[in-house]
Amino acid sequence: MSGTAAIEAVDVSRTYHLDGVSVPALRGVTLTVSAGDYVALIGPSGSGKSTLMHLLGGLDRPTGGRLVIGGRAVSELSPPELARLRNETIGFVFQAFHLLPRTSAVDNVALPLVYRGVNARQRRERAAAMLGRVGLGHRLDHRPNQLSGGEQQRVAIARALVTDPTVLLADEPTGNLDSTTGAAVLELLEQLNAESGVALVMVTHDAEVAARARRRIAMRDGVVVADSDADSAASPITGSAGAGGGS
Amino acid sequence: MRLAEAWRVASDALRANRMRSLLTMLGVIIGVASVVLLVAIGTGTKQTVEQQVEGLGSNLLLVVPGRLDVGSAPAVSPLTLQDVEVVGRVVGDPGRVAVTVASGATVRAGTRQDFTTVQGVLETTPTVFAREVARGRYLSRSDVDTGRRVAILGDSVARILFPDREAVGQQVNVAGVRFRVIGVFAPLGQSLGVDRDDEVHIPVTAAQRLYGTQRVDAIAVKAPDRERIDELGQRIVAELNGRHPGTEFSAVTQEQILGVLGDILGILTGVLAAIAGISLLVGGVGVSNIMLVSVRERTREIGLRKAVGARPRDIGVQFLLEAVLLTAIGGLVGMALGVGGALLVAAVSPIPAAVTWWSLALAFGVSAAVGIIFGVVPAQRAGRLDPVVALRAE
Ligand SMILES: Nc1ncnc2c1ncn2[C@@H]1O[C@H](COP(=O)(O)OP(=O)(O)OP(=O)(O)O)[C@@H](O)[C@H]1O
Ligand SMILES: [Mg+2]
Repeated sequence: MSGTAAIEAVDVSRTYHLDGVSVPALRGVTLTVSAGDYVALIGPSGSGKSTLMHLLGGLDRPTGGRLVIGGRAVSELSPPELARLRNETIGFVFQAFHLLPRTSAVDNVALPLVYRGVNARQRRERAAAMLGRVGLGHRLDHRPNQLSGGEQQRVAIARALVTDPTVLLADEPTGNLDSTTGAAVLELLEQLNAESGVALVMVTHDAEVAARARRRIAMRDGVVVADSDADSAASPITGSAGAGGGS
Repeated sequence: MRLAEAWRVASDALRANRMRSLLTMLGVIIGVASVVLLVAIGTGTKQTVEQQVEGLGSNLLLVVPGRLDVGSAPAVSPLTLQDVEVVGRVVGDPGRVAVTVASGATVRAGTRQDFTTVQGVLETTPTVFAREVARGRYLSRSDVDTGRRVAILGDSVARILFPDREAVGQQVNVAGVRFRVIGVFAPLGQSLGVDRDDEVHIPVTAAQRLYGTQRVDAIAVKAPDRERIDELGQRIVAELNGRHPGTEFSAVTQEQILGVLGDILGILTGVLAAIAGISLLVGGVGVSNIMLVSVRERTREIGLRKAVGARPRDIGVQFLLEAVLLTAIGGLVGMALGVGGALLVAAVSPIPAAVTWWSLALAFGVSAAVGIIFGVVPAQRAGRLDPVVALRAE
């Protein structure tokens, strides 16, 4: 394994079971997310982008294949170990922000540090510093309902990065924002990716946005149909990676 | 640190839904308050009865016709004063034997009157039972031998008949016959709503003439030797059974009476506690219900917390603490209300109420346990939620 691989997925599949019917959302995806990379994930609705993001972030487990996050095989981790891995290596940014209501911006940002056992004063210090980096140093004690959509997403980004993760997974981070605000949030994400070296994997429906990424991965019907990175994978770009899972 | 966070989140959650938290607590409050109050009443009653039986005097042996059984009908006594003499010989000291023949009667003095218990007794009564005369004197041997018409009044009777005069030396009319008051008892007070000073003592001989009977209702013996009290009782019973072949006699000690009463009152206290416990259980079900609502309401929060690294346990502990906090606060408030209620009952009603540490500890322990037991299922459910599903919840 290369030392720069933050996440490695080999022939990963995910099948949902709904009332006895099997829904294959992912059907054999092989890809590597390298440290510090900037990846755009594109594809039509229902192609499995969000499902893949959940797997890459350790929020869900594959039903087949091999998934290694931060050097650790997900299938070998217990639920608390996986929770810890998420806390230490992954930052999530959601389309719907998912901030805790009635909770100040700084406490929202500090939340991941709670589960890392950082004491209250350090939590506040680090959260405040992180809010400063996303341009919200003057909004520490605002509640989510006192913030604009763009500001809320910045708080969510600060929360994702406060633990110094290696990978930032953003699922349509600008989907709930108007184009101007969205562009600013996008710029912030790119800036943080460039400055701090956190790998950025972003789902987007916007071709222009995708064009700015260093690497583009296109999905359709639960498989990767195109990957702009020719050298990162030896396997063919299209079709199911199939039986030859060992490489 | 995680625990501190869990406490903070739990108390915030309760505060955010003040009214709902309060109503949920109400079930626990009522349950705990009724446990404390009812157990206090049961315990208080038991203590009062025990004190009363013990207050009769020590080494006491009561001889009655029939069996000492709960619920057995009192038999008509075939005992007479000759039997009392025989018992005196068995005991070896007639001064240790007391009797009673009791009946309700109207006692008059001038225009005032009181319906009270008139007891025919021997002069030995103050020796056998702990009974003190406050003014005047008690009966003498010769009062009894000659059937003299003299009376000792209970404190209440004296107050009713002679509210503004000294009773000793006055005349009273008992069931149509004139008696001279020679003494007034020291007050004993109320117990369990019964006025223990509402009685009149007259010589047993005078009482028998008054009621037109030879009978003696019961004999009491102050045993000279505590160790041999049971043996003495058996000897007395054997003697009396021989004299009255048709009747069975019993001799019971204070310990036996206390034992029987203690059992009855213990059961009573247990039943009261169980009834109160049921209401506590109902309160617990309410807690469980609200916790399930709370988990459902905060499903997205749970998903988010998991996404940023909360372990299933962290989430479970957070909700468990919320449930425990609900019941613990409810338990404390309920305890305060229960203690207050017990003090109030003891102050304004004849029902005695004694708050015991064990009932407080029990009530609080049970309410905390209710929180844990009824909080565990919702907490586990929260801990096991799939974060992806949770984040997508409405
Ligand atoms: N919990 C689930 N149970 C059953 N099927 C599911 C579940 N989640 C997703 N799916 C199905 O899996 C497929 C992929 O869904 P996914 O959310 O990954 O798509 P997506 O590419 O993110 O789409 P979009 O661009 O609309 O967000 C879809 O067909 C969807 O219906
Ligand atoms: Mg999606």
